[in-house]
Amino acid sequence: MNFYTDTPQLKHHLEHPLMRRIVELKERNYADKETFDYAPIDFEDAMDSYDKVLEIVGEICGDIIAPNAEGVDKEGPKVSNGHVTYASGTQENLDACRKAGLMGMSMPRRYGGLNFPVVPYIMAADIVSRADAGFENLWGLQDCAETLYEFADDDQKTRFLPRVTKGATMSMDLTEPDAGSDLQSVMLRATFDEAENCWYLNGVKRFITNGDSDIHLVLARSEEGTKDGRGLSMFVYDKNTGGVTVRRIENKMGIKGSPTCELVFKNAKAELVGSRRLGLIKYVMALMNGARLGIMAQAVGISEASCREAYNYALERRQFGKAIIEFPAVYEIISNIRAKADASRAILYETARFVDIYKALEDISKERKLTPEERDELKYYSRYADAFTPLGKGMTTEYANQNAYDAIQVHGGSGFMKDYACERIYRDARITNIYEGTTQLQVVAAIRHVTTGTYLQRIREYEAQSIAPELESLKLVLSKMTRMYEQLVEIVTAPKDNDYLDFHARRLVECAGHIVMGHLLLLDANKNPELFRRSAEVYIHYGQTEVIKNYNFVTQSRIEDMAYYKPVLND
Amino acid sequence: MTLNIIVLAKQVPDTRNVGKDAMKADGTVNRAALPAIFNPEDLNALEQALGIKERFPGSKITLLTMGPGRAADILREGLFRGADDGVLLTDRAFAGADTLATSYALSMAVRKMKDFDLIISGRQAIDGDTAQVGPQVAEKLGIPQITYTENIEHIEEGKIRVKRRLENGVEIVESPLPAVITVNGSARTCRPRNAKLLQKYKHAKTVTERQSEDMDYIEIYDRRPYLDLTEWSVADVGADVAQCGLSGSPTKVKKIENVVFQAKESKRLSDSDVEIDELMRELIENHTIG
Repeated sequence: MNFYTDTPQLKHHLEHPLMRRIVELKERNYADKETFDYAPIDFEDAMDSYDKVLEIVGEICGDIIAPNAEGVDKEGPKVSNGHVTYASGTQENLDACRKAGLMGMSMPRRYGGLNFPVVPYIMAADIVSRADAGFENLWGLQDCAETLYEFADDDQKTRFLPRVTKGATMSMDLTEPDAGSDLQSVMLRATFDEAENCWYLNGVKRFITNGDSDIHLVLARSEEGTKDGRGLSMFVYDKNTGGVTVRRIENKMGIKGSPTCELVFKNAKAELVGSRRLGLIKYVMALMNGARLGIMAQAVGISEASCREAYNYALERRQFGKAIIEFPAVYEIISNIRAKADASRAILYETARFVDIYKALEDISKERKLTPEERDELKYYSRYADAFTPLGKGMTTEYANQNAYDAIQVHGGSGFMKDYACERIYRDARITNIYEGTTQLQVVAAIRHVTTGTYLQRIREYEAQSIAPELESLKLVLSKMTRMYEQLVEIVTAPKDNDYLDFHARRLVECAGHIVMGHLLLLDANKNPELFRRSAEVYIHYGQTEVIKNYNFVTQSRIEDMAYYKPVLND
Repeated sequence: MTLNIIVLAKQVPDTRNVGKDAMKADGTVNRAALPAIFNPEDLNALEQALGIKERFPGSKITLLTMGPGRAADILREGLFRGADDGVLLTDRAFAGADTLATSYALSMAVRKMKDFDLIISGRQAIDGDTAQVGPQVAEKLGIPQITYTENIEHIEEGKIRVKRRLENGVEIVESPLPAVITVNGSARTCRPRNAKLLQKYKHAKTVTERQSEDMDYIEIYDRRPYLDLTEWSVADVGADVAQCGLSGSPTKVKKIENVVFQAKESKRLSDSDVEIDELMRELIENHTIG
């Protein structure tokens, strides 16, 4: 089984026209070919390499990671003497990924990486997640290297990054018992020892994914007496130095192969990354944006897996003398799963492309001054990346949950048993719309792009693209949805009441999501009708119904009605 | 210590995933319908070689295969997984070879390579299932052979220790080097292709491939000699044409039949001569053999 080649939708997204620009920026006129024997010679050669490397990913996922998923879920990691032992299947998966050279894929070649753009890297994450969403957490944490690459000094990069590309695992130690979504409350103490000229960390971190990793990024309070985010700095801790132990690992509902650790820092020696006080406000924000894209990929992989489990079961299971997939009630569920999976994938890669261009330009700006055109380009794509990351994270992770739920429904009673994969997928899906910011927090980040018109601007750009005549009617539906959306934004922002805006924010953001994802699927269907036409039809009609529902909710209620929802608190 | 290791590999039709069009009406294998793959046990053999290279850095692995031009695919496949070099033995005169002619050709190629410490191959290929080629190569080269290897346990100057997987258990044996080792499917599976090696070697081609294909990157071959896959003909290895291919193959296929295997209970015999005689008689009487 090859999880890349059996999903032609992936290659469709890999071959997006914007890739030419992305690769051009990332490869800087293909200069590496003089120094590295594995660097591409030109654009076609680079694209061919992405395709072939993704085939390796697909093969490992189909032949090793997916077959291991059930055992890993059962066995789980263990903790003893302050350290974690992975489930045997997890270890096997990691070994395979290391041997295949799939660690630190996006790092520059001078650090031993593959210099892959975000699109093919995220595609690998999509494929890995379909095989085992829990393993994606361990593998995907290689993304922390990106933060080191962006903000650490040259000496740190030279010491840490080659280890990552050789397979060292990473973790981001952010949350604490009293600092979950509210990271400003982080208390872990960083003290500078003048005599030894180094930092020491003391305190507790909680809910740390892969907390016994080789290289940790740690958010800690370096400025004594401060209370908010401006007193926090970022540190890198090397497991070989010692000082951090795992007190316990959580017993979770899903992604059970991924150890979630409570860490105790006792005089753990660490190095400052970048500048003091910028830990949360700059570095963690960058880290989280990358992580959110990773979770989107995880959600898409889960949706893909749900779709296949549901489809295969419905094809085999016979009731009343025929396969259950022949009943409208069942095939409607399955086409909805497929449509939501395809729509999720569309926004995932759209976002990845935005991130790719602005990150590559930012990287170039460290080497030379950007031209005015390049500066505009950077601004343009970084704004879209900012807008699409929370929108996509919110939409795709909610769909992953709905799809996993529906996959069980298709299985009927069997789906409730431990015998079928859909049960594990359902449990794994449940965390995606919680961690790296709950959907509610994604809405908080996305709503300003509703009110400032970022989404609408992008929607106008989609509208301007011409499509085949047979798809015009779908485009018409989308423009009706857009008109309703515009009216809603008007209604909700008019009273200039922030509570009112917050109250309807999710509805507005979802409307934007349906329209954006509908347009993306329409363009996919225009280019590749065989793969996407059905999903475009199904999704846009589904989205229209959702937009109408939200429209009715907002227009048929009054601002005063909010009082019925507000809790009555007696102090 | 470093070792020169030759891995014998074969490109085979993927008979494990047989669809309904796998056989032609005349009962022969429809090669077009089956993807050509690296013979699975030869991959186990390659993994054993790669394990040695890890233990003894600087060791060199050369893949040797005999086949038509497209068999260069498995040389690339081997390079992607960590082999250092590949040799394709290809010539019209090699066509139609049975195991005897194949082992003759391979042994001549090995002689041409001269310096080697170890030859490793899969136990057998999934298209022929003979398990003869490895041992015959050893005989032709006049060196020891160890079959049914599950793991190469230890290597030191001039000596190798191997675990063999047999029907009722394992056996640890030692042999002087050079030797031929054939590896079972029960040995650890081969590591995946490596992303960097794949990008490094994906343009590796034989001369024939470079001449026959529309080449995009013709200029890189001057600067990257490792992209040149060696191709040897009958003349290149100094082989006697009469002992090669069809003319060197005493095996003649008389008839091919489609047989539907029916699982039946197995029969267990003791090692007494009487029981073996009885079985022989039974097999001859029901025309299973003879």
